[in-house]
Amino acid sequence: MKNFKPILGISLLLVAGLCVIAADHIDAPAVTGGTSDITDFYAFQGENPDNVVFVANVQGLLSPANTANASFDENLMIEFNIDTNGDAVEDLVIQAVPKNKKMFFFGPFAPDQTGTVSTVEPKNFGGSSNVKITPFGSEAIVHTSDLGMKFFAGPRDDPFFFDFAQFTAILSGNAGSFNDPGMDTFAGTNVLSVVVEVPKSMIGGSGSVNTWVETKRKQ
Amino acid sequence: MKFNTIKLMAIAVLVSITAYNCSNDDDNNGPDGPDFSGTYAQEDQMGRPAVNTVFVSAGTKDMFNTTAPSAQGAAFQSMFQANLQALSPAYANPGDQNALGLDAATFTTVLATDVLGVSLDGTTTFFDGTNVLTGRALADDVITVELLLIFGGEDFSENPGLSDDHVDANDKAFLSTFPYLATPW
Repeated sequence: MKNFKPILGISLLLVAGLCVIAADHIDAPAVTGGTSDITDFYAFQGENPDNVVFVANVQGLLSPANTANASFDENLMIEFNIDTNGDAVEDLVIQAVPKNKKMFFFGPFAPDQTGTVSTVEPKNFGGSSNVKITPFGSEAIVHTSDLGMKFFAGPRDDPFFFDFAQFTAILSGNAGSFNDPGMDTFAGTNVLSVVVEVPKSMIGGSGSVNTWVETKRKQ
Repeated sequence: MKFNTIKLMAIAVLVSITAYNCSNDDDNNGPDGPDFSGTYAQEDQMGRPAVNTVFVSAGTKDMFNTTAPSAQGAAFQSMFQANLQALSPAYANPGDQNALGLDAATFTTVLATDVLGVSLDGTTTFFDGTNVLTGRALADDVITVELLLIFGGEDFSENPGLSDDHVDANDKAFLSTFPYLATPW
């Protein structure tokens, strides 16, 4: 790279429209501050190397004082999407829907309909699992299914870390670089987490898959 | 016994077995369970960290979130490239690449379809010096990786003041066992 004027570029691009940058926290007007705002998505090999773990976090930047009153939205589905053949269309989904202080899970299954609109398909009721949503301040409640899947839902520390404040200062022209050490803007804040561990054999077995998470609201 | 009586008794036994099974299956949500009817429409979507925040222009962020990943590339790649080149002008130079060997067009083609590749065969990491985009582990310093790929040039040596925020780890230790995330504050 030869040009050495990135700061001007940053300023021109971002200062007007971008108030906060984060992993996906408050990334767009329609979701900011709402129950459907995804803050982060993780996918990694589990403690048992035969398993993969999916993490979806929503409702970020919860202070400890506000965390006890935060709750999952019963009209909201959190859907993990898995593409096993590289076309960015989901071949399998794992759906999580909260009801009555429990998180209900469906899948992984091949959905009848792919894309931006989903249903909980009644044919999957029989294979569903649920876990009591862990209240703030309680030990993590974990459910393990007969098929070897594990489930958790409840508040956790936000695992994301970033010196957002300094990045903002750079964008606005008040600083020329990051500090060393930096300061984690997300330190001391919580999120609502859904964690699912699934045997690799249930999502393709080997090779590579594409994954992503969506929040979908009941219409 | 008449044949019909035998049939009725058999049906009664079957019904009682079925009913017994239902009542003892904690994982089964039959007709008496919660209501999951209706259609659910997409409001937010995420594959890789910070993609919508960094590469999508202000007025388009909601549209990006409500687009299926398979349609994102065609709809948003050119916007991603323009925004990348504004953010890091060196990318506008012909042949300029990042450390993955990707120029502005190929890098943003990868990014605009916002999915996270996950290996089912071993190490899962955003980037660990060897493996690239084989997943995202909790401890991965994804922001510094992305800053390096945006600002760090072909060998991660350029713009050192912009390519590392020097926050290298979470403020609470992760767990080695499920559910892996740290307890809330």
